[in-house]
Amino acid sequence: MGARAEPKRQQVRLRGRSYVAFVFCPVVPIVGWLEEIDATLARSPGFFVGKPVVLDLSAVDLSQSAIAHLVASLENRNIRVLGIEGVEAALVTTSMPPLLTGGRHCVVQQSKPEKPEAKPKPTSLLLENPVRSGQSVIFTEGDVTVLGSVSSGAEIVAGGSIHIYGTLRGRAMAGVNGNPAARIYCQKIEAELLAIDGYYQTAEQIDVTLRNRPAQAWLEGDIMKITPLN
Amino acid sequence: MAKVLVVTSGKGGVGKTTSTAALGAALAQSGEKVVVVDFDVGLRNLDLVMGAERRVVFDLINVVQGVAKLSQALIRDKRLENLWLLPASQTRDKDALTDEGVGSIIAELRTKFDWIICDSPAGIERGATLAMRYADEAVIVTNPEVSSVRDSDRIIGMLDSKTVKAEKGEQVKKHVLITRYDTARAARGEMLTIEDILEILATPLLGIIPESQDVLRASNVGSPVTLNNAASTPARAYTDAARRLMGETVAMLVPTARKGLMDRLLGRRAA
Repeated sequence: MGARAEPKRQQVRLRGRSYVAFVFCPVVPIVGWLEEIDATLARSPGFFVGKPVVLDLSAVDLSQSAIAHLVASLENRNIRVLGIEGVEAALVTTSMPPLLTGGRHCVVQQSKPEKPEAKPKPTSLLLENPVRSGQSVIFTEGDVTVLGSVSSGAEIVAGGSIHIYGTLRGRAMAGVNGNPAARIYCQKIEAELLAIDGYYQTAEQIDVTLRNRPAQAWLEGDIMKITPLN
Repeated sequence: MAKVLVVTSGKGGVGKTTSTAALGAALAQSGEKVVVVDFDVGLRNLDLVMGAERRVVFDLINVVQGVAKLSQALIRDKRLENLWLLPASQTRDKDALTDEGVGSIIAELRTKFDWIICDSPAGIERGATLAMRYADEAVIVTNPEVSSVRDSDRIIGMLDSKTVKAEKGEQVKKHVLITRYDTARAARGEMLTIEDILEILATPLLGIIPESQDVLRASNVGSPVTLNNAASTPARAYTDAARRLMGETVAMLVPTARKGLMDRLLGRRAA
């Protein structure tokens, strides 16, 4: 067993791969351009984090120290420069990112920075003042509650139910987004029109014995029912 | 502190101009320095009711456009030395009014007067919105009729949304003035009751002015009713309303039908 195992020659395998990088094209004055970058960062912090960035210096004429300063300034802003483009090779030192050539244009898919989680929208609307003639309150996200009266010539449109603690003299339209379970409640009914999910009754169709009484309206199948509340 | 008061209604013919003149004169009689401003450009009437129609040289539009100075356009009343009129133009229309122009005139008037009473045109268009634009307080003139009440309601909605005060998140102080209250028809139950009106408008009451020949008579001779016949029922109702505007507490009188001698002799019911 004198044969010694020959150590296997590890082959260096080189592969090519292309990535999409952001290309920064600084313009003079550099200070002003950096302010623009800062403004972008203020709007969406973390926008450039982890993204490869290439500096295209063809639009400016910078000295070696200026290039070094620019790279350092970007690094201070957490922007790491992957390579430099558009300058003479002599200007790039070994401590700087390497010189790149042969870049091709491509369309960058800008992913929107994640917004801080939006508060869930309120699903009810409370109106403390009377709704006057000519006013129209439209709230399709849910219920509408009115503490005062709804005047003749005013209208309330709600995605959910409508509650009126004064007199309803105008129009009330509930469940407009196709919600047949929505209802209309009021302390005193003198409505011009009541509608739930597209089914409606005008003042003429509303039973006169209901007038001036607390009432509710709801849908039973295709029929709108209006009954006194007490 | 100067107060800008707009007299408005939405509906026409309810008594805005009569009320402007009567309230203006009543305030001036109690020593306040008052200017009444006619915003009804193209259909001016306030000058007639004030009896100043023959003395109009310059008007509101001239001042807005810088043709005349405010002092040239102001007309002093012949009867009350602290009552002034700023007339409207009869030859122009409401488009000649601009927001900035009206704003600067109101600002200048604020430095000179205690009360600036703006007589609004009927409707809800430019003239009416500009008349109420800079108001601190509003008198909503309403007749006891459903059409008038609904229009008043619309105007109250606009006072709460379209005025400078409303846009700053403040409130224009609103008062309802019921005019042309017909005691005979009220007795027969043919009119909306005061309670109904106030329930619908949800706004405090400033006064109730009875329908009266005295109002017509005063207009015809070009005199605010409060000056023409201060003892008449409408004049006293306006004077009380003016005192309430100044912050006094005055008991509210609901006009009732008086039986005439003949009615009583014949045993007729008030009708």
